[in-house]
Amino acid sequence: MVYTRRALDLRRTETRAGADAPLGNGGLSVKIGALKEIFEGENRVAMTPDSALQMVKLGHRCCIEAGAGAKAGFADALYAAAGVEVLKNAKAVIEAADVLVKVRGPEEKEAKLLRQGQTLISFFWPAQNEALLKLVADRGATVVAMDMVPRISRAQKMDALSSMANIAGYRAVIEAGNNFGRFFTGQVTAAGKVPPAKVLIVGAGVAGLAAIGTSVSLGAIVHAFDVRPEVAEQIESMGASFVYLEFDPSELPDGAATGGYAAPSTPEFQAKQLAKFRELAPEMDIVITTALIPGRPAPKLWTKDMVAMMKPGSVIVDLAAERGGNCDLTIADEKIVTENGVTIVGYTDFPSRMAAQASTLYSTNIRHMLTDLTPKKDGVIVHNMEDDVIRGATVAHQGAVTFPPPAPKVAAIAAAKPKEKVKEPTPEERRAAEAAAFKAETRTQVGMLVIGGVLILLAGLFTPASFMSHFIVFVLSCFVGFQVIWNVSHSLHTPLMAVTNAISSIIILGALMQIGSGNWLVIILAALSVFMAGINIFGGFMVTRRMLAMFQKS
Amino acid sequence: MEYGFTTAAYVVAAVLFILSLGGLSGQESAKRAVWYGIAGMALAVAATLMGPGYGNWLVSLVMIAVGGAIGWVVAQRVQMTEMPQLVAAMHSLVGLAAVFIGYNTEIEMAGIAALQAAGNADALAALSGFAQKIAEKSASEIAILKIETFLGVFIGAVTFTGSVIAYGKLAGKVDGKATKLPGGHMLNAGAALLSLILLVMYFNGAGTWALIIMTLAAFFIGYHLIMGIGGADMPVVVSMLNSYSGWAAAAIGFSLSNDLLIVVGALVGSSGAILSYIMCKAMNRSFISVILGGFGGTTGPAMEVTGEQIAIDTDGVAAALNEADSIIIIPGYGMAVAQAQQSVSELTRKLRAKGKEVRFAIHPVAGRLPGHMNVLLAEAKVPYDIVLEMDEINEDFPSTDVAIVIGSNDIVNPAAQEDPNSPIAGMPVLECWKAKQVFVSKRGQGTGYSGIENPLFYKENTRMFYGDAKKSLDALLPLID
Repeated sequence: MVYTRRALDLRRTETRAGADAPLGNGGLSVKIGALKEIFEGENRVAMTPDSALQMVKLGHRCCIEAGAGAKAGFADALYAAAGVEVLKNAKAVIEAADVLVKVRGPEEKEAKLLRQGQTLISFFWPAQNEALLKLVADRGATVVAMDMVPRISRAQKMDALSSMANIAGYRAVIEAGNNFGRFFTGQVTAAGKVPPAKVLIVGAGVAGLAAIGTSVSLGAIVHAFDVRPEVAEQIESMGASFVYLEFDPSELPDGAATGGYAAPSTPEFQAKQLAKFRELAPEMDIVITTALIPGRPAPKLWTKDMVAMMKPGSVIVDLAAERGGNCDLTIADEKIVTENGVTIVGYTDFPSRMAAQASTLYSTNIRHMLTDLTPKKDGVIVHNMEDDVIRGATVAHQGAVTFPPPAPKVAAIAAAKPKEKVKEPTPEERRAAEAAAFKAETRTQVGMLVIGGVLILLAGLFTPASFMSHFIVFVLSCFVGFQVIWNVSHSLHTPLMAVTNAISSIIILGALMQIGSGNWLVIILAALSVFMAGINIFGGFMVTRRMLAMFQKS
Repeated sequence: MEYGFTTAAYVVAAVLFILSLGGLSGQESAKRAVWYGIAGMALAVAATLMGPGYGNWLVSLVMIAVGGAIGWVVAQRVQMTEMPQLVAAMHSLVGLAAVFIGYNTEIEMAGIAALQAAGNADALAALSGFAQKIAEKSASEIAILKIETFLGVFIGAVTFTGSVIAYGKLAGKVDGKATKLPGGHMLNAGAALLSLILLVMYFNGAGTWALIIMTLAAFFIGYHLIMGIGGADMPVVVSMLNSYSGWAAAAIGFSLSNDLLIVVGALVGSSGAILSYIMCKAMNRSFISVILGGFGGTTGPAMEVTGEQIAIDTDGVAAALNEADSIIIIPGYGMAVAQAQQSVSELTRKLRAKGKEVRFAIHPVAGRLPGHMNVLLAEAKVPYDIVLEMDEINEDFPSTDVAIVIGSNDIVNPAAQEDPNSPIAGMPVLECWKAKQVFVSKRGQGTGYSGIENPLFYKENTRMFYGDAKKSLDALLPLID
């Protein structure tokens, strides 16, 4: 039992959190209820003991249907320990809760139990489920669709699609490894040399990047392709190499205009893309395809002939299987082996296959959504339809269908700016520029010298010799000062100021020369000056010594 | 003692002073260099005391002793975070001394002129020391002397009030914000013009009153000029006042025909000028724009900052630090305010003990005084060889695991590079956002001194570690294992 110690911890925290929660809101707090998923094969759950504790901190109370977390590894006892009320069936939960949280969208029988004013937070896919949406809206319930959270930076923490895609990308590599008969990493062993596996990832969205990261860390040589050239940097930062195509960038749609998703590309571009894949197919051991275009069936990128070109034992994992698959031969929810020995994995439930991890992330996304819905952390839900994120995700509210939402006020990602190319200057140009700079410098320097010289000569005409002799000292000292100070280390600038402070009290000499005067006023002023300079001399030098003594080498 | 001997002593003293400044090129040689400065000063004072025409020994020695004792005590007690205030306060003393000495010269001049007008040959012959020197001057020399005195008093007066205000701002006794009287810089310009007119009148024989009015005008300029400059520009202001105090000494040196004063004044003056130049360059602003105060020169709307500031708790920071191999810490004025340098040092020690590479990146204008951060870190016993300048370390950020920003804002603002419309566009900044992860220790949300939004806080690899820097770090320390 991995969670035993955890449970004890949770219980301890709970007594603290539970002690003050009901006091603050006088029993008015909203009850959050999590339902057991009834979809076949769905292992995830929308509330974990951890997320429940966090929701209690927002002033809410939580309840859950018995056995809801069992398949994800969260027993009812753990929930109870976290202060979650465990109710025996779905009906009880729906009756008790003001806000229902779920993973999959509601089945019709669940939807029919929803009541006026109740809020449901789950995946919903409103575009595909119009009838269901109408049904829910007519019942007066509010639906927050986790798949409709706008893709803006502020909403990343509740972007459940991304967190699920991340898991899918990871699991895709693990699934591929499970069906692949060799190592990922290259090794030289006593029993012979093992070449590293070559992996191609098609589509570098969240899932693609997660797949890249996982396969790179397993030691494979990873290539990745995406129609959006701006993700090349991200791909390379993950340690994969980007598969470049020869094309004119102006043909490409701007990825930023479509909320960060890929848009359909032109036929010419597609032809080039397929040609590149054909070139790569014989070399690749594992191909993971993740290409999706919003609102359309998955593009066919890995054709039958490419599969035929692959080596026996190779594996294709098609993450787009649910939407028809990127590979011609993919069969949704099944694993098949082709005649030439290529395994094609078409599972559509990767997140559910990692239910514990997926539930943790999904419930955190839900919890963040509830944080935004509970701005004052007082257990009162404020459904602010002015808020971009909440508005975007709400597909039914107060008896009306509110889908599709208006365009958000903030663009998803900043439009890619065309990069200006800095032209490398040729050696001749560089030499010419250097010569010009040198000339200009000479001109200004000579000009300054001439002007300065003339001014000093003019001054010399009208001033007495005694002044000029001091003036020479002054100018030379300035020069010496400039030369010396440039060499002072930056880290010693404060000691420099303190020491110049101390030596600028050399002004004490002036006061000392005057203090012998016969005039009492002069004596007083001079004495005061000596006093002040005295403070400065001792203070300045002392503090400099103190500072310098502190500088120590390691 | 003969005049020749005094001059020889001055030459030796001047050489010692130059060596003393030159020695500051390295941490180790600097420790020796201070002694050169002390020796030079002792020699110069002794030579003057024993020089020709000197009197009133007792008063001088008592004054030096009392002043010295005060200076000693202050220097022993001052906190390193209070260095900027101390330096500013000391400048004000030099400025005021310059004003007094200038007035003395005027009084002596007036006295001698009266004696000469009365034709009192006996009294003139009886003059000694400084007065005797003045009496021997020709008419054109007296004219030059008047200009020198006037300039000395003017610069000294500006330095005095300017430093007092700078002290007040740095010590938090005067509001650090830039405030100007209605009329703004026209008032300064008017006061400067008035001073110029007074100079001409004084030159042409107007009496001491012209000097007094000019002093008041200069006091006003110093006050108003520094009031109009905000807290973060203080490094420039303090080094500028440092420079002024030097020029004031040089002007007084001219008026007293004392070469050592001129030499040292010129050294200090150029030193302050170079520091101001370095500081301005580090902010990519011209000296004039700093003096005129405030940020300006935006050419369009600032780039929209999107995203949100994501907070992180102590455990998260500790986990990241425990995993990191290379760490760069960027301290700023906020660290000094929170007195967090000891905690930073302790954190550094712990991390280094675990074999991690920890370094500090210091922006030239971090803090309120040139080199302020270096001194604070040195005080907290951070070895100076891991404290690096911006140019030395900026390229290392991409290969760094964690960058920790403690109490700095504008010096790590990526808008300086990314947004051509930003008021700080083009300012060299520490590129900490290129590190794999950035933690920003900050008291709360909000913009820095310049009021410019910092996109760093919204970057995806940035986490905000809210709270008082010292408390946050102290909470972090036990979690580093």
